[in-house]
Amino acid sequence: MNPKIILQVEKVSKAFGGVQALANVSFEVFEGEIFGIIGPNGSGKTTLINCVTGFIKMDSGKVFYRDKDISGRAPHKIADLGITRTFQVMRPYYTLPAYKNLIVPLFSPRARRTGGWRGGGRLGDRDTVGIDILEEIGFERDSFVPYKLASTLPTGYLKRLELARCLALRPEVIICDEVFSGLSMSEIASMVPLIERLQMDGITLVMIEHRLRELFRVANRVMVLNFGEKLTEGTPEEVMEDERVREAYIGSAEI
Amino acid sequence: MGYLLVPRLALIMGLLLLPFIIPSLYWQRVIFIVFIYALLSLGFDFLAHFVGLVSLGGGFFIGVGAYLAAILNTSLGLPPAVTIPIATIIGGAICTLLLLPCLPLRGIYFAIVTLMYPLVLMRIIEALNILGGTDGIVGVASFQSRWIEQYFIIAMVLISLFGLRRLVNEDMGLVFRGVKDNDQAVKASGISITFYKSVAVFITSALGCLGGAYLAHFYMWAGISQFALDFSIIPIAATVIGGGGTLVGPLLGTFILVPISELLRAVGTLRIVFYALILTAFIVFRSEGIMVYGQRKYHQFERWVKV
Repeated sequence: MNPKIILQVEKVSKAFGGVQALANVSFEVFEGEIFGIIGPNGSGKTTLINCVTGFIKMDSGKVFYRDKDISGRAPHKIADLGITRTFQVMRPYYTLPAYKNLIVPLFSPRARRTGGWRGGGRLGDRDTVGIDILEEIGFERDSFVPYKLASTLPTGYLKRLELARCLALRPEVIICDEVFSGLSMSEIASMVPLIERLQMDGITLVMIEHRLRELFRVANRVMVLNFGEKLTEGTPEEVMEDERVREAYIGSAEI
Repeated sequence: MGYLLVPRLALIMGLLLLPFIIPSLYWQRVIFIVFIYALLSLGFDFLAHFVGLVSLGGGFFIGVGAYLAAILNTSLGLPPAVTIPIATIIGGAICTLLLLPCLPLRGIYFAIVTLMYPLVLMRIIEALNILGGTDGIVGVASFQSRWIEQYFIIAMVLISLFGLRRLVNEDMGLVFRGVKDNDQAVKASGISITFYKSVAVFITSALGCLGGAYLAHFYMWAGISQFALDFSIIPIAATVIGGGGTLVGPLLGTFILVPISELLRAVGTLRIVFYALILTAFIVFRSEGIMVYGQRKYHQFERWVKV
């Protein structure tokens, strides 16, 4: 059985002034898999997902979502289709309590159509749905944590809040921009099962990551970017064996 | 209960009793100009502190509202009870449409563009000699009685104040605040920020147009002086004095600023000097604004009594 392609990116290019941030990057993501994108600093990972999700206009290239051309659409329209993203620099609404942060996505047209995550049908009281989602994602319901101001939450919770914001839309695809970075080992240890659970729920995940070990534990396939170009793509084992990947990360063997 | 109710009741009763408290006809007229500024300041505070758009379009809103009401009244013969609602809604829509191209701008840039609109419209009317040119539109009908005139605007200010206060704490208000705090996250949530910004601009400009339409019937005249810069500037000063982000603050701010400006007419040419001194004193000594300071003290006082 051939898995269905859910997201297809074709020859995306983007230049900032004279710097070619992305050069003809193509890849496809299959439904239900975890697709990793790795690469050294400045290799264009974040630019790539900014282009895919419409936050940056790409110079050339096409993005297809379920065979529908979505290139160049406005970010909120792409999110409305079910492709959501987290931000590398976390962007909660700092002045609001954690659960109120989910009111905004739950108020969106898509959440009203779909009823929010696992809501199924009509959306109930948004506060309650928000706390339900937070509980699923690892906020202890009976503690103060969901009611704390977002500005007082530690990084681990903020990363989860970012994921919760995506989940509130009942997404088909979540593009995670470095969810593991800045977390302690124990926080990562609790994040990995969460990612796996999302996959079990049928959500396709695209993960941009610096932490290769954790990514290789969860990812089905990995793509490597270097200086805006695609180096290689394959299973984590294949990628780890690749000479060019080692070169890009560690530097060339010969001097 | 009383703890929360007393300040609200004091405000409502204070405004409702205002026509009785103020004896002279001159001061009564001043107070109704204050109410128009209050509508503008409310809109300004809402737009600036809850949506993140600093608008200097006060004069623009007032002017559009005034001209619309005057045209509807003089050429179609509609009474104020019809012209004011129409001017509010249609005027709000016109202002929103004209401001639509500027919505991607933020902060000071949006302020500059909105400041341009009243000046441009004023010069267009003057240069093309349309809509009565520099004479304006005269012969606009006045209100049937003084009581209707007074209580209409008082009711409108109270309704807008409490309506806006409710709105900003509803789910929709949280979206507005999201647009201000972090528009990227709102976009990533599948919500069009342009739509919500235009809704907010519509609310603000409708408030301004309401004030303008009222002003046209109040003066029985609509003219280019209703695009005056005062309508754009005083709401900001009132918000600074009253305390931004409280919605009540700007209301109190206008009730302090505009009467002071009238009182200072007694000192003649030095009026602007004293006015500037008072404003500076407020900004230096109470930069957070009266309402923010007052709310804090009020809550502290309550705790203090219990102990």
